[in-house]
Amino acid sequence: MTETAGTPILEAPQAVGAHDQHMVLNMGPQHPSMHGVLRLVVEIDGEIVVRLYPEIGYLHTGIEKTCEAKFYQQVVPLTDRIDYLSPMANNLCYCLAVERLLGLEIPEKAKWIRVLLAELTRLNSHLIWLGTHAMDIGALTVFLYCFREREDILRIFEAVAGQRMMTSYFRIGGLSMEPPLDFFDRVQAFINIFPEKIDEYSNLLTGNPIFRNRLMGVGVISADDAVALGVTGPNMRGSGVDFDLRRDMPYSGYEKFQFKVPVSTAGDCWARYEVRMAEMRESVQIIQQALDGMPEGAIKADAPKIVLPDREKMKTQMEALIHHFKIVTEGFAVPAGEVYQAIESPRGQMGYYVVSDGTAKPYRVHMRNPSFATLQAIETMAKGRMISDLVAVVGSIDIVLGEIDR
Amino acid sequence: MTVPANDLLSKAAVLEGLPDHPAVQAILGFNPEALTDARFDRGELTLSIAPEQIRFAAAAVKACGFNAFEDVTAVDWFPSSPRFQVSYHILSHKYKERIRLRVMLPAEDPAVETVTSVWPGANYYEREVFDLFGINFEGHPNLRRIMMPDDWTGHPLRKDYPVEGYR
Repeated sequence: MTETAGTPILEAPQAVGAHDQHMVLNMGPQHPSMHGVLRLVVEIDGEIVVRLYPEIGYLHTGIEKTCEAKFYQQVVPLTDRIDYLSPMANNLCYCLAVERLLGLEIPEKAKWIRVLLAELTRLNSHLIWLGTHAMDIGALTVFLYCFREREDILRIFEAVAGQRMMTSYFRIGGLSMEPPLDFFDRVQAFINIFPEKIDEYSNLLTGNPIFRNRLMGVGVISADDAVALGVTGPNMRGSGVDFDLRRDMPYSGYEKFQFKVPVSTAGDCWARYEVRMAEMRESVQIIQQALDGMPEGAIKADAPKIVLPDREKMKTQMEALIHHFKIVTEGFAVPAGEVYQAIESPRGQMGYYVVSDGTAKPYRVHMRNPSFATLQAIETMAKGRMISDLVAVVGSIDIVLGEIDR
Repeated sequence: MTVPANDLLSKAAVLEGLPDHPAVQAILGFNPEALTDARFDRGELTLSIAPEQIRFAAAAVKACGFNAFEDVTAVDWFPSSPRFQVSYHILSHKYKERIRLRVMLPAEDPAVETVTSVWPGANYYEREVFDLFGINFEGHPNLRRIMMPDDWTGHPLRKDYPVEGYR
């Protein structure tokens, strides 16, 4: 704790008289409620938050710069590392962007498996959010239950991609390999039991008076403010803005699925809780439709100069061996142009801006991550409330510092 | 809104192929000189704006329905001239469509007016571009480094900044 005067962190100095009573409190970067390495410089009057200033960049690793030195297909594993709780969403967004640059058409089955896994990723991410959010409020049990179900999802990811968290399963032109034989049965078994589990979390939290009082009326943001500050996804829909890219600007075959977009109008932490809980149930519906209508066919586009050949073909066909060698050693050229591809990630609208100059390496890759914009709204949400409410707000907006700092 | 079947790769082609596009109309309505170039490529409309007009153009497209600011970023076309391209991605909840505004800036003292007065959400994004590209956003309320430490020298995403090793 230091005096405000002489602290260059806060934006504009206030009147001197008011200053003397205020104190600057430093929350984070090492703090259990900060969800990573977020540092909040909070100016407080007693226990009331007067101003608030997020300091970020502790996890900045220059992923955008690294992308410029890699071949297009080598960027896919980097996208996992941006948001470690929803790797498939990042993979999907990047692959869609490059496929649009290439003008590549993806087989139907690959699209459907992508949708299925993107929705499982949403469940995975929302489970972490629910567990940590409830734990911040003081309900530790839910955290353990959420991690129990998350483990099931991670096992499914491991079965399909060989990795639990850094999956890199989506590739430019389709998927890296066929899912294992019992894959769809395992997903079916999981979503058969999962709705009951959502009821279980809901029974623990929705009627809990402490949880209700800590969230209701806390961290309010209006619909206009949310849109103006770039807040997207469940946080925006919690303020009553009815917009979801999956429904309104569909990508990767989402137009073939029927689902509701949950909206709540209160704009407080409770509304965001309700929206995300309802979203989990809708994701289960989408996964069920994907399982029921899963088309037959290939999982990779028919583009031998872009998609790596099967292992078996490489051992028998000269062309496949040559294509494999060329793709691995010199990549594939992508026509010059620029593309901005946006998807609805678990945290909001994620966008990948990929610029090509016609070579095998991206000229520029920029990630528009939802948490980065959401963080701008935190002052609006927490101003004038107690410090303990700030913890509830940080938990309710579901930020991941990896994707803020990149 | 009708979507043209082919790519429209020049200003004249866009004005002919998308005559009733609200964003094109809005910018032509306030100042035809501001629109220096236009492209419709891979389903995305790019409108190039004269740098000194960007705030007015932003206000014009916002007024016509492109309400949701998404992203500001830059591309460094070193060593060609003009060197920096600043891209603004704007989404319309009403039309369910996205446009890109583009501004080209010179290598020497690149600066452009901030759009935070139109979309407050541009605040962090402009700080990021300032930090990593060294482009100055005039009138920004708090233009400081956001990713790199305050005492860092250089702008990492410029093309003349090495990917690895000592600077």
